[in-house]
Amino acid sequence: MPDATGLELLAKELRESEGVEAILGTLHFRGRATLEVKPRNIRAVLARLRERGYTSMMSVHGVDYYPHEPRLGVHYELLDMSKVDRVTVMLRVPTEAPEVDSVTHAGPDGPGWPTADHQEREVYDMFGVEFSGHPDMRRILMPEDYEGHPQRRDFPVGGEPVIFTHSEHESSGVRR
Amino acid sequence: MTVTEKQMSDYRRREESITLSQVEQSTEATHEELLTLNFGPHHPATHGVLRLLVTLQGEVVRSIKPVIGYVHTGIEKTAEDKAYWKVIPVVERMDYLSYYFNAMAYCGAVETLAEVEVPKRAQYLRVIHLELNRIASHLIWLGTSALDLGAVSIFLYCLRERELVLDLFEMSSGARMHTRYFQVGGVMEDIPVGFAEKVREFTKVMPARADQYGAILNANQIVLQRLRGTCPLDADTLLGLGVTGPLLRAAGNPWDLRKAAPYSSYDDFDFKIPVGTVGDNYDRFAVRVAEIYESVKIIDQALDGLPEGPHITTDRKVALPPRHELATSMEALIHHFKLVTEGFRVPPGEVYYPIESPRGELACFVRSDGSSKPARVHMRDPSFVNLQALSHMAEGSYIADMIATLAMLDPILGGIDR
Amino acid sequence: MEIKREPLPPGVRPTGQGRGSGEIDASALRVNKHDSKELLRGAELLGPTAPASMDGEELERYVHERVLTTTLEKAVAWGRSNSFFPLAFGLACCAMEQFQTAGPRMDIARFGFEAFRASPRQADLIILAGRVSIKMAPIIRRLYDQMLEPKWAISMGACCSSMGVFNNYALVPADKFMPIDVHVPGCPPRPESLMHGILKLRKLVQEDPDAGWRERYDARGTEEIGRADRTVPGA
Repeated sequence: MPDATGLELLAKELRESEGVEAILGTLHFRGRATLEVKPRNIRAVLARLRERGYTSMMSVHGVDYYPHEPRLGVHYELLDMSKVDRVTVMLRVPTEAPEVDSVTHAGPDGPGWPTADHQEREVYDMFGVEFSGHPDMRRILMPEDYEGHPQRRDFPVGGEPVIFTHSEHESSGVRR
Repeated sequence: MTVTEKQMSDYRRREESITLSQVEQSTEATHEELLTLNFGPHHPATHGVLRLLVTLQGEVVRSIKPVIGYVHTGIEKTAEDKAYWKVIPVVERMDYLSYYFNAMAYCGAVETLAEVEVPKRAQYLRVIHLELNRIASHLIWLGTSALDLGAVSIFLYCLRERELVLDLFEMSSGARMHTRYFQVGGVMEDIPVGFAEKVREFTKVMPARADQYGAILNANQIVLQRLRGTCPLDADTLLGLGVTGPLLRAAGNPWDLRKAAPYSSYDDFDFKIPVGTVGDNYDRFAVRVAEIYESVKIIDQALDGLPEGPHITTDRKVALPPRHELATSMEALIHHFKLVTEGFRVPPGEVYYPIESPRGELACFVRSDGSSKPARVHMRDPSFVNLQALSHMAEGSYIADMIATLAMLDPILGGIDR
Repeated sequence: MEIKREPLPPGVRPTGQGRGSGEIDASALRVNKHDSKELLRGAELLGPTAPASMDGEELERYVHERVLTTTLEKAVAWGRSNSFFPLAFGLACCAMEQFQTAGPRMDIARFGFEAFRASPRQADLIILAGRVSIKMAPIIRRLYDQMLEPKWAISMGACCSSMGVFNNYALVPADKFMPIDVHVPGCPPRPESLMHGILKLRKLVQEDPDAGWRERYDARGTEEIGRADRTVPGA
């Protein structure tokens, strides 16, 4: 992981190349370097990081920051194999406007990250973040016609009521 | 058949999108049509409930579309509902062949967040169990892959070896699978007397048995013809797809987190990383079999150098106090009570902890909001990402090669679907 | 070693396998009209129920029909129970323990059940090994429907019997969509546990061949094929 100063330098360079509002903040916690970017600039920032050596995207996953707004976050974990260096890029979108550019496909700003294909579908399925430009934006884990985004914090865990002897009659069961 | 765009089913639409012009035109064929075959979730050759929509031109695979989610268990959602300690059994059941690895990734993440130090003895015990689990996982992979290729007896031999490993797990923790042996801060219990001897008996026997499998499979013409030269994929494409683990190593890239970013005292051990050359199915097979030998070496070294010391961190705010203290010490009683009822609190923050599982990079992302339950647990499962490589590998090859490739890919649907 | 066998005191039912091998009292047949199955199970002879007494040829024909049919049923049940063809169906972690049950140590072939069939048309026992998610439930139901009668189902493990470790939105307990004969607890159950469950099913089939799911769920009359007096709606 780049240490705290390295992270700040990285953020400074990215601000210079992408614009000051592109990088909303940095966080260095327990050895993990995180850059928070504006959702609009995600593809450009990732392309710049790829040029600096972070060529592998290891994970794309979503987080629900309920009750802090904007709620839905997407984390991109990047890895530099030659230097064994990891950096995380995160963005946050509100539930009302959860659109983010997909980083899967190749575009004018460089080749895409094909590994994000299924992973962005999972973030869509579980959180509802819509990735525009994704080649196949469908639900991946839940049934296609499922309503709701299960991993959001306000989605109930669900499940069956536990049947105790005193509540046996309320539950459906085999008629003997 | 004239149908409007709207009436065309999804399969037909995809079939229409594949132009036959890029495909060899046989002079005898008068009417060629693409066939979409459904390798349903219930199929003896898919490793678990994986559904593949395979579009075939004759016997040649033109496109593969995997459909997953048939064993989606909502593990990550369940984990948000439980105290940190109670998440360990839930998360263990994700990648159900490498259960110790799931627990290791999660415990490592929580230990990083809570800044808990794991004693050296616990680290060595963890390594022993992780490598034993790696051997067990590779044995099932070998057995089921050989079953797919037609070699049924290898399946039973591998199950016989796996029984030995499960006996060792039962000896150390009481359960064969999903043992909850790894806890935050170390391991649940110290190993019993006689465990080290039994493990050494196993490590003495295992290389010879692995030689036997090699002798059967490497000399078998059918296996060699089905695996050699089929479905190769180069390392750059694999890296773009995020594939790690034995698949990447078979293509020539020696990336292994045990060597690159050692965790849990892996840098104390001397072992090699098997790397392939061509990246075809045979290399994937050979890399995994070679990893079994290396794991045996690691276990031997860990047993030789097993240090004395506590088996779990002495930080009573995180780990349960030993039972004998409960009778005499008030603080121990209070700690025990707090840990069992509410659980320990973890300072707020996010952490991503990667380890090397038998299938690739397994990482756990934990977000804590300061309470006793995690706010988000995400397991970056290697099989989920590796599955994207299947269509790149198998398109253009025969359907039988696709089966062999799927076997060599080693997907575990529990990890894919979580 | 001398094994002393004593006859059972009167009024005591022999238990265990081969329950139906009690002696038939011919005089009882004359007095009461019993269901022969009850008789064969050694049920107590109750007071006079049906007074119609049969003699001679009629009685012989009666005995011949009922007894032979029931003995045949018993033989068929014995055959069925000793040769289950399980469906090769593993969902999750329990499937790994199912493999171990078929492995060399806890050899399922000892009992004759090693022929795991891939096609549901050829199998008569479905062992639900693993957690059933909501996406998979209709597929399992379809598989179960494709199996031919008589068929049995074992729910292996805690996840499909109850919800197991994961009581959440994504799972369905197997009882909700298909009839299960034996539930095997465990997470995952040891091969010995699974074997115990299968042997329990075997005993169930041997002793009570009619206690299939259609009886338990009161579903007699819901078969869709093979009955001339029912018309399939819409056909």
